[in-house]
Amino acid sequence: MTSLSHPFTEEKIRALRVGEAVELTGVVFTGRDAVHKHLHEGGTLPPEVNLRNGILYHCGPVVLKDEQGQWVVKAAGPTTSNREEPYQAGIIRKFGLRGVIGKGGMGDKTAQACQEFGCVYLHAVGGAAQVLAECIRRVRGVYMMEQFGAPEAIWELEIERFPAVVTIDSHGQSLHRDVLASSQEALAKLL
Amino acid sequence: MSVLHDSILELIRRTSAEIPDDVQAVILRSLEQEKQGTIAQSAMQIIERNIDLARQKSQPICQDTGSILFYVDVPVGFDQIRFEETAQDAVRLATKKGYLRQNSVDSLTGVNDGTNVGPGAPAFHFHQHRSGDIAVQLVLKGGGCENVGAQYALPQTALGANRDLAGCRRVILDAVVQAQGKGCGPGVLGICIGGDRATGYEFSKRQFLRLLDDRNPVPELDELEQDILHTSNKLGIGPMGFGGKTTLLGVKICAVNRLPASYFVSISYMCWAFRRHGLILAADGAIQRWLY
Repeated sequence: MTSLSHPFTEEKIRALRVGEAVELTGVVFTGRDAVHKHLHEGGTLPPEVNLRNGILYHCGPVVLKDEQGQWVVKAAGPTTSNREEPYQAGIIRKFGLRGVIGKGGMGDKTAQACQEFGCVYLHAVGGAAQVLAECIRRVRGVYMMEQFGAPEAIWELEIERFPAVVTIDSHGQSLHRDVLASSQEALAKLL
Repeated sequence: MSVLHDSILELIRRTSAEIPDDVQAVILRSLEQEKQGTIAQSAMQIIERNIDLARQKSQPICQDTGSILFYVDVPVGFDQIRFEETAQDAVRLATKKGYLRQNSVDSLTGVNDGTNVGPGAPAFHFHQHRSGDIAVQLVLKGGGCENVGAQYALPQTALGANRDLAGCRRVILDAVVQAQGKGCGPGVLGICIGGDRATGYEFSKRQFLRLLDDRNPVPELDELEQDILHTSNKLGIGPMGFGGKTTLLGVKICAVNRLPASYFVSISYMCWAFRRHGLILAADGAIQRWLY
């Protein structure tokens, strides 16, 4: 298990390889379909949301306010990343992302951007909303809630020892590409 | 609050937070099969821990609390309108309580009003029966797995799939390979052979009401179910698409009549976070017993 903590430097990211299990500690921002489309269409981010050398988490959490008015994350697993494939590479380039957390993997365009700009795709266990919510220490803020609604808003989260697996690294390797190819090959033999 | 309202609220809470026993048993067996020290095994361990934690904390297993699908079997003369209104109120309250995520969006405006109630949401499937029982089953089906569902119209030249069970096998296995880990595998397939484009998917989803370890009473379908399960688990897709032994937890298939001109195979994928519970209600709406 590799510990990966803030600051997420290019050097730390380049040291990661496909198949490596990591535990992440630091600050991440959530962003999913609405945010990606917004950014792709030239939309801007609020000043508090600085993605440079940052990590974007494909997640639409269940968050409630407690009696003191503090946000509490009730469930927060990853959402399917592939829907952001048309936009992700451009966002990695433009905003200087070092990591994308999601599930289900991403395609070649994203893998190329990871290689070119020094970014990795970190696969969290889909559906594991409780285990992953336990790794969220605090909600630091929420942005664009009015515009996008709670699941699609940008949540700024402090995470600690958040488990994920590197499935696309910054050296052109992709576990998703490999498993797809080997499963297609296996199927051809079984038909 | 009526008794019926409270019963439905409890059904929603339990469905969102507690994996049914039949599904959990199969997940535990799969965990044991994965190789020590692999990322597939560690994914299954996280899944197991997540199931326990959700139950303990009475919080959603998965943050995507999914499409809300009610299957309601009712005696003759049952007031379905009242049931629907009461269930909608229960859904609103369950959303406020965090059993359900604010998960329903106006498709034209993109507005999420935070209630989970709107056109088509939640979905109700009523069925009248001769028995006096009121049986309410609830399935919460997340979007990730819904998106990897597939419908094939046979024949499919590219896949070499003709209009027979061998052709069905080919397209179903193609759907498994296409899905990879995107539907949060290891998953369960619900499949309908026949029907039209709408009823095909509808019947495929109903297969999720079956117990995961049951056997199909139709020998040809039983054989196909076992075959798809075993073949899929040789593809090496594994939990989350990480590679590994468990690609599917189960396969459930039904066949309904079709038009001579149509031959649809409709495949619904259910993620490992298989959320389904059911109730038998007394006439006053109180919980008589749990089904699963």
